[in-house]
Amino acid sequence: MTDPLLHLSRRTALTSLGLGALAVMALPGAAQAGDAEMEAALRDLIGPARASAKKGRILIDLPALAESGNSVPLKVSVESPMTPADHVKRIAIFADRNPRALIMDVTLGPRAGRAEVGTNIRLSGTQNVSVYAQMNDGTYWTETRNIQVTIGACDSLLLRF
Amino acid sequence: MAAATRIRVPATARRGEIMELRAIIMHPMENGFRMETNGEYVPVHIIHTFVCRYNGAEVFRARLEPGIAANPYLAFTTRATESGTIEFIWLDDDGTFEVAAATVEVT
Repeated sequence: MTDPLLHLSRRTALTSLGLGALAVMALPGAAQAGDAEMEAALRDLIGPARASAKKGRILIDLPALAESGNSVPLKVSVESPMTPADHVKRIAIFADRNPRALIMDVTLGPRAGRAEVGTNIRLSGTQNVSVYAQMNDGTYWTETRNIQVTIGACDSLLLRF
Repeated sequence: MAAATRIRVPATARRGEIMELRAIIMHPMENGFRMETNGEYVPVHIIHTFVCRYNGAEVFRARLEPGIAANPYLAFTTRATESGTIEFIWLDDDGTFEVAAATVEVT
């Protein structure tokens, strides 16, 4: 027989625990210098052009949840005819909460045929992955995807437990 | 550092066809944030650049950062223009490099 009172208090306790965890998660940039690092990486790599970057044309194929951040499959495709007159010349991939925000900077051209690249990336935790693609006329397009990461890649076992 | 590489290039292709190329190299990609049991960080040691050349002309280049997983894998495409050699080059932090090549017959 379950004591209804005990059951209730257990539920209340669990709910408050959950709320507490949510509150911790909601703290912006807790214990990470993510925003500053992301800003610096964007400033160094994209420069003032990022202010005029338009959203779209990019497809980020990334799982919504990764158990481990050590190796997460990522595929990026940019909509482009890839002709000498109109092509993607650069794809830069960033993760805004990684200790090093830049993940990869790809240079390609019309000979690629399709503007796409696939690789496996490391993620330090739940965060946004952003892609900036530069066209041959200099304009930028951007897209962002959120990914939940259960165990980050940057903590060593010693730090994790 | 001699490292094992694996590449995939189609043996034959029609002219103008888009070929998918894949390349992987066995490399730890030490990100510099990993701590050993003695409390010291393992220094950064990564492949910093990957280049693909088609008959000597560069068709793809990637700057890799510690945010790339160990044994870096890359999949990308190139248009078949002529028969010849497709060459993959990985540049290591320690100054060494690794090359793998395959031939493709374009009809």
